[in-house]
Amino acid sequence: MSEAKKVPTRPLPKAEEFDTKEFWAGTKDKEFRYQQCADCNTVVFYPRRHCTGCTSGNLEWKVAAGNATVYSYSVVRQSYHPFFRNLVPYVVAWIDLDEGPRILSNVTGVTPEEVEIGMKLKLDWEEHEELNIPLFTPV
Amino acid sequence: MSQKREAAIVGIHEYPSRDVEGEISPLQMKAESAARALEDAGLTWADVDGIYDAGDGGGMMNGLTIAEYFGLKPTVINTTGVGGSSYEFHAAHARRDIAAGKCKVALLTYGSTAHSNARAIGVGGRGAGSMHPAENMDSFAGQTLIANYAMVAKRHMFEYGTTSRQLAEISTATRYHAMRNPEAVQAMEDLEFLDIRETTVDDVVNSRLIADPLHLLECCMISDGGGAVVIAAPEVARNCKKPPVWIIGSGEATKYPENGGDITTSAAAQSGPIAFADAGVSAAEMDIAMIYDSFSITVLALLEDLGFCKKGEGGAWVEGGRLRFDQSGGPALNTDGGGLSSNHPGMRGIFLLIEAARQLRGESTSQVPGAKLAVAHGNGGMLGSRHAAGTIILGAD
Repeated sequence: MSEAKKVPTRPLPKAEEFDTKEFWAGTKDKEFRYQQCADCNTVVFYPRRHCTGCTSGNLEWKVAAGNATVYSYSVVRQSYHPFFRNLVPYVVAWIDLDEGPRILSNVTGVTPEEVEIGMKLKLDWEEHEELNIPLFTPV
Repeated sequence: MSQKREAAIVGIHEYPSRDVEGEISPLQMKAESAARALEDAGLTWADVDGIYDAGDGGGMMNGLTIAEYFGLKPTVINTTGVGGSSYEFHAAHARRDIAAGKCKVALLTYGSTAHSNARAIGVGGRGAGSMHPAENMDSFAGQTLIANYAMVAKRHMFEYGTTSRQLAEISTATRYHAMRNPEAVQAMEDLEFLDIRETTVDDVVNSRLIADPLHLLECCMISDGGGAVVIAAPEVARNCKKPPVWIIGSGEATKYPENGGDITTSAAAQSGPIAFADAGVSAAEMDIAMIYDSFSITVLALLEDLGFCKKGEGGAWVEGGRLRFDQSGGPALNTDGGGLSSNHPGMRGIFLLIEAARQLRGESTSQVPGAKLAVAHGNGGMLGSRHAAGTIILGAD
């Protein structure tokens, strides 16, 4: 019996993880959800059940518009991961959404040499079956 | 202000091989190193009443496992596990426990076969999502460990104009020291380093990029390795074989990604001032700086955060070789050859204490004449995201 050759795929998050499941549920509708405390205004991201700024726990879910800026980045030229090894060179970056959340993601649709700190980005969803992945591309 | 004399490093051992070829287990390496460190101090297993271990390799009940394996019945078990900085935390906790009268002889142990296991620590994959929320947000992006540190370097360059040639000074200084340490040279041979010699800034910046802007020669090795440190109360320390190396200050801190946060500043900016205030000394007084060199940028950021120079000025400060043991104007950096060129089995923190103690005893292969004060700073986890920082200040009589 021959085994079908499996194409390695991007490692996907666990949709059922307690704190982040609301975020990943939102990605099905291509919504970038984040939390803000109604009492102390602290933006909480990654998502949690409690507010990190005060003890009220009065967190509200909001949706970011999708505009963002490169805070820092690196061009990965060597990876042993079965999926990412085929992607090198690729850009991994800390990305600041205009509303405050900072997320680790990839900058796509551009050569690594063109990426720079301060570059303006917009959300660029990578589609999967159960959820979508928030990547970013230059404006 | 007179230095504290509450607890001292009295015994040290660094397991000599960096490639054990699967012939010895991490637990065996811990026990072997412990026995040699106790001999170094003139003590025996029966003297040990405190065990400090990073909780690696022993399963869920590691503190119990290690006590049984050593055949000890300690009154203190501490398994604080904060990656490569664990041993600086252990030294801090051992001093505290000894000062509180909870134990008299503390044993710190480490063993790892990262090289034999062919663990691709720096460029290995990060798995799929996790039931830990932070990991469940990060794992899709394919950030290698080296890229994590590289992003600190990139931002440091952007904010302060730091250059790759400046970062390369860290690599050349540690290699300069490594070439004087026979065990480091043997390590580089065993791990099949190409072209084992002193390096220049050109060598470093002309080596291939692994994750921009970090080059191969700015990245630590992946070795096997282990070691042990014995810390004792003053009444024990004064009767040991070797001169005591006193723990005179400690500081602990954590840092993690924060919305709008500054990744060029590490947890050392919190732990460093606490440790120096505890010791009543300043960074400028340090003869020796044992700074966790996972990568060139780690050392640069930590030197700034510990107060050797101002934030952003590290690039210019490290130029010109002041970190070498035979140059003035700065502390001697990682005189054993560091993680870059001597020993990095995954959690290097214990070797920072060991080489600092060698220097204050006068036993280093790159000895600073009359060295009296040293800082050992461990960084555990990842500099560009979540990490722990342990700063230990050591003083000789």
